[in-house]
Order: sequence, then C-alpha cells, then structure tokens
Amino acid sequence: MTGSTIIFYLLAAFTLVNALMAVATRQIFRAAIFLLFSLIGIAGLYFWMQYEFIAAVQIIVYVGGITVLIIFSIFLTQQAGDLLPKQDMKRQLFSMLAAFCGFALTVLQVYQHSFTGNTGMAVEPTVANIGNQMLGIQQGGYALPFEVVSILLLAALIGCIVIAMRSKPQTT
Amino acid sequence: MMEPGLYHLLFISAALFFIGIYGFFIRRNLITILMSVELILNSVNINFIAFNKYLWPGKMDGLFFTIFIIAIAAAEAAVAIAIIINLYRSHQSIDVEKAGEMKY
Repeated sequence: MTGSTIIFYLLAAFTLVNALMAVATRQIFRAAIFLLFSLIGIAGLYFWMQYEFIAAVQIIVYVGGITVLIIFSIFLTQQAGDLLPKQDMKRQLFSMLAAFCGFALTVLQVYQHSFTGNTGMAVEPTVANIGNQMLGIQQGGYALPFEVVSILLLAALIGCIVIAMRSKPQTT
Repeated sequence: MMEPGLYHLLFISAALFFIGIYGFFIRRNLITILMSVELILNSVNINFIAFNKYLWPGKMDGLFFTIFIIAIAAAEAAVAIAIIINLYRSHQSIDVEKAGEMKY
C-alpha cells in the first residue's frame, strides 16, 4: 500500500461524501458549499491521474465560475435561512431505490466487462501537445469542434442577455 | 485495498452519477436540480479521463471531449441561471411545481 493509493482513497471518499451531503442537506447554501468541495475533490482526482491541465480547467471553470454563479443565484432567489421543503417518505424511498438499483446494475455490468485497450506509445498530456492537437486541422485535429464551441458560447452569451433584458414589469 | 485502477474510477463515476440522479429526483427547487446536473456532468468527465488514461494512452480524444463538455456545461449553467432568475422575478418562486405556465 503506497502513498498514491492512500491519496486516491482519501480523494474518492472526500468527493463522494461531499456529493452525498450536497444532495442530502436541506439548507441550499450548504448544498452549494458541499458541491464546491466535491468539485475540488474531482479536480484532485484529475491531479492524481496526472492530467494537470484538466484539473486546472476544472478548478477555474467549475470551482471558480459555476459555483460562484450558483451561490449568487441563491442569494438572489432565496430567503436566508429557509429550509428546502421536505419530500414525503414515499417519494424519497422510491428515488433512493431507483438510484440504488441503477447504481448496482451499472457497477455489476462494469465489473463483469473486461476492457481491452491498446497500449501504444503514451502521449503526455502536456499543454503543448493539447494545443497542437486542439487547433490542428490535420487528421485528428479538433479545430472545427473548437470553432463550434466558440459559436455556442457566443449564442449562450446573447441568449443570457435576451432573457435577462425582458420588458420592464408593469409598475405594481 | 487494491491498487487503484480503471475499475475504481468507474465505480466513483457511477456513484457520482447516481448521487446526482437521486438529487434530481428528490428536490423541487430549480437551483438544486442544476447542482445535480453539474454532478452528473462531472461523473461523465471522470469516465472520459479514466478511459483515456488506462485504455488509450496513445491518444488524447477523451481529454478533448472533457474540455468541450466543461465548456458546454458552463454555457448551460449560465443560461439556466438566467432563466431561473427571470422566473423568480415573475413568479417569486423557483419551485418546479409552480412553473407550469412556462410551457405556454
């Protein structure tokens, strides 16, 4: 049992416990904070797998961007100190059952399947390699999806402005 | 405890996915539903990176899919929160049960 193994199990437990608390807690602000820690744990898993670029993107976009956005929207839409309404027992029971059955089915399928990969020359996921392939236009380059995603981001930007700029409400 | 490998990462990702599904089922609040969706998207990202690392180390396709998923998730979260705040302005509530008239 090496240090790497211990770190892996610690990160996995951290991520899963925080994710579980995020959906189980009834205070929405705490849910957002638990989600933040869960996302940090996932970034730690990427670091553990030595995909440093993805880990950095995860921290910047998810931890720094989306969670802050969620916390702001909680402040704008929620009265402080409100508890989320409690669901009735039957609904909780059945959703737990559905989630658990799906989880058991998936894990059984995964463990029965033996994956065969190809073990070619490993490409190091360095920033130089990633950049060369992402903007490459030769075979296997990702220049076209990159442009499509940039158009999507532009559309999302304009969409947000249009949604937020709805006509002024009548004076009440 | 074994040496962690592909199966361990797939286990974590499946667990995260179904935690997200559970949160999706039990909450009626749009923001918590959005958080569950973020968890689900993250589990998919872990899957892509794990397959890329352990099965096809010679390519970086899983990595690019992960980057694009993160970009699209960011756009989706921004649009969703704009809709949620607008809904709150007109209904004073972000409960999904009370948002029925959005479909007309």
